[in-house]
Amino acid sequence: MDRPNWVPPDVDVTRPSVARLYDYHLGGSHNFESDRAFGDRTLRTMPDLPELLRDNRDFLRRVVRELCALGVDQFLDLGSGIPTVGNVHEVARASTPGARVVCVDHDAVAVAHGRALLADDPQTAAVLADVREPDVVLAAVRRTCLIDFSRPVGVLMIALLHFAHDEDRPRELVADYMGGLPVGSYPAIGHGRADGSRGIRNAAAVYEGDRSPNPMRLRSAAEVVDLFGSLTLLDPGVVLLPRRHPDAVDDRRAGSAVADDYPGFGGLGRRD
Amino acid sequence: MTGPHPPSADQLAGRWRAAVAGTSRVSVSQPALHDVLRELAADVIDALAGGDVDPERLRRVGARLVQAHLTETDALQRTLELLGDELAGPRTAPAMAALAAGYAQALRTRTRDEQQRIMTATLAARVAAEARFAAVFDAAAIGITVCHVDGEILEVNRALCDMLGYAASDLVSRQFWEFTHPDDRPGLWDRTKDLLTGTVDHLRLEKPYFRRDGSTVLTDLVLSLVSDPEGRSRYVVAMIHDITEQRRMQDRLAHQATHDPLTGLPNRTMFFDRLHDALPRAGDGGAVGVCYLDLDDFKGVNDTLGHDVGDELLRAVAQRLDAELGRHGHVVARMGGDEFVILVEERSPDTGALEAVAATALAVVRRPVRVGDRQVRVSASLGVVRHEGGATTAAELMKAADTTMYWAKTDGRDRYALFDADRHRGDVHRFALSARMPQALESGEFVVEYQPLVRLRDRRMIGVEALVRWELPDGRRLGPDEFVPVAEQNGLIVPLGLAVLTEACRAAAGWAAEEPEQPLLMSVNLAARQVREPGIVDAVAAVLADTGWRPELLQLELTESDLMGSAGETLGALRSLAAMGVRIAIDDFGTGYSNLAYLRHLPVHTLKLAGPFVTGAHLPDGLLASPPGSDDVDGQVLAAVVELARVLGLSVTAESVETAGQLERLRALGCDTGQGWYFARSVPAAEVPALLRAPPWATSG
Repeated sequence: MDRPNWVPPDVDVTRPSVARLYDYHLGGSHNFESDRAFGDRTLRTMPDLPELLRDNRDFLRRVVRELCALGVDQFLDLGSGIPTVGNVHEVARASTPGARVVCVDHDAVAVAHGRALLADDPQTAAVLADVREPDVVLAAVRRTCLIDFSRPVGVLMIALLHFAHDEDRPRELVADYMGGLPVGSYPAIGHGRADGSRGIRNAAAVYEGDRSPNPMRLRSAAEVVDLFGSLTLLDPGVVLLPRRHPDAVDDRRAGSAVADDYPGFGGLGRRD
Repeated sequence: MTGPHPPSADQLAGRWRAAVAGTSRVSVSQPALHDVLRELAADVIDALAGGDVDPERLRRVGARLVQAHLTETDALQRTLELLGDELAGPRTAPAMAALAAGYAQALRTRTRDEQQRIMTATLAARVAAEARFAAVFDAAAIGITVCHVDGEILEVNRALCDMLGYAASDLVSRQFWEFTHPDDRPGLWDRTKDLLTGTVDHLRLEKPYFRRDGSTVLTDLVLSLVSDPEGRSRYVVAMIHDITEQRRMQDRLAHQATHDPLTGLPNRTMFFDRLHDALPRAGDGGAVGVCYLDLDDFKGVNDTLGHDVGDELLRAVAQRLDAELGRHGHVVARMGGDEFVILVEERSPDTGALEAVAATALAVVRRPVRVGDRQVRVSASLGVVRHEGGATTAAELMKAADTTMYWAKTDGRDRYALFDADRHRGDVHRFALSARMPQALESGEFVVEYQPLVRLRDRRMIGVEALVRWELPDGRRLGPDEFVPVAEQNGLIVPLGLAVLTEACRAAAGWAAEEPEQPLLMSVNLAARQVREPGIVDAVAAVLADTGWRPELLQLELTESDLMGSAGETLGALRSLAAMGVRIAIDDFGTGYSNLAYLRHLPVHTLKLAGPFVTGAHLPDGLLASPPGSDDVDGQVLAAVVELARVLGLSVTAESVETAGQLERLRALGCDTGQGWYFARSVPAAEVPALLRAPPWATSG
């Protein structure tokens, strides 16, 4: 017996949280002074961070729409953060009214927020759990009774796995989640780029420093491909986020050029 | 409306969408955004087209921009710029002001709502966490209390109340630090202060507490400091685990491991620990003493009175030693069997204090012990060692004490002996010799040399004495006086003696083959232990048979004390040997207490006069220093001995003849033979025939 290990996870608004930082960078007010101070430090090193985060949201939206078109009507959003407008269930419902979504996050505040927001929506649920424990997460997801484990599930890991370090064995994490779900399920990964612009590398350095909510592990395209393991990687593979099936009509930045050192990758796979 | 070509709502919406591109934080599809903006564009165009501008209508447009998630500040600026350009006119400025006001209000409301929501979520998360905490707190198996940093007890859980026998209401609001106990470790408060001042953030210690009923519970206490976000110490959380039973078990096991079950005294392990701890304290006038005590003939008590009585005796002795010596701070321990040991730490300049302890211990043991209806009397032998500092180990000191105890035993028991470094070195040396001896015997390190026996009348060599030497591999040569006593002790004298006898007889037979005219008498030493060995007669007969040597030419030398003490079988063996024709000589005659009267009953043929008897330690020329016939008592004694030998029909051999003068006088007194450096030192077997042919002493004298 040493320090008590049964003390519940901190609910500490004096420490930045990834979920609230994300919200801050997207212009939301679901955040506290500590988040804004840390967020501002990051912004000074990477002024175009909000742009990347918006591209992430766009990527998420396109992927969900694509999956809905493929007939998927249930989603597991890992590391969902604070549910804001334009979230998975809203995008999915636009084309698939009965779509069900389970959000998972280890941030107690984010999950409490999600529960409050989704309280009136019986087709959604928020689960408080550590994504690094697939068995625990999948068991909790089962308990929500929202996901039919006999039919394909869209598993969304957007801006998630660059917070998983090599010792967390992210490749095995992806494999464990997909292994626990039926054949035909789809993993989607959005990931920060190791050999990308100076900005993202500077931002990652800030995340290595004081008061960081979670250090980052950026990866190269090959490393992101490796995360899919033996799963089938759908066309066009792992590419720069805005380049994955841009929508000429729909997209905010459709037609504009994407720099070669663009700092984020995305890809969609399938368990066959 | 002043512009010549006011844009259509659809056109305006397209330009508006382009202007605000990238100012929304929400991913919205462009067509959806276009739809919203076309509606708003139509609204604005319509509002400006009429007479008075309805500011409320334009406020709603501003609010709807916020609802469409165009919440970046750029969105408003670009909207105002675009609409100001596209719809320029006299009513435009107030209209835009109303739109901006509506936007600002909606954005403020939205921000407040979001802050409200995140605060609510935070609170909800906290409540959930606290509910879990409360459940754990109250159901925990270990005692937990939360105190204010000033010591006021704020909360206690059920396990702690049960542990101490109090109700929660008895404990809350009391001072945590007031629960002191006489057995609290010194320094407890200092360590606690380190915690309270934030030097350490948690602290683990053992602490006893009084229960309400006055009994004591021993606890494993972990104190953790809880600070507020500004780093100020706020609370102390104490987790308290009852380890009373666990400690009792440990203590029992530790006691069992370090104490002797029969007597309850510390055992060997503990004694060594204590001795080891005491050694560094020796020096600077202080000393560490060890008394090693062994009961005399305890085996006899066990054998005659039984082990129960033996055990009872050990218990009584242990209890008395501890009572008499333990109360002076000495450690009394049982090493095992009937061996006890006393550790004495003292500051006296000599062994006085230590000897007093030893004397007390002896007196304690001497006091009769009543076991049942009988009185048992025992004594003890004690070895006393004093260490005054310097390099040594507990094991070395104990070994020295053990050895010294054996000196007390051999010196006659019921006494103590003080350690003597020289004697100990001698013991160690003899022990080393004894340990090497079997191997030395095996590998032929024992060699036999021969010293001539010369007939004084005509200086003819008539025999040799076989003398054994030990040639160590390192080149050192040891004489028999160094190793024979050791061999007698460890019993190897029997095989060694037989080997020497065999070799000597074989050598003699060899010389006789070379010089058949002058057969030599072979004189070989026989140890008392050899004579007592059953079968010695057969063994000698076998050697003679094997080597072909004649018994009449073999002389066996025994010391005076060995012979005088012999009786029964030993005497029988000597008589049998004599009957075989073997000559018996008394070696070193004159050194012991010679029972002259007894001599005539022994089967003895020769007296060998001991060296000191011949040379005299106190006179330059021994007993023979004074001319014969002078008024010299020693010389007269020698003359009388020679005379006595003649009366008894014994021949006389003088040992250690070193000068021509001695030789002359011995001859004048009537000694038959002599040996010594004057004639020759001992030589290897191969050199004997040369001595026989050309004795160097024949010409020198």
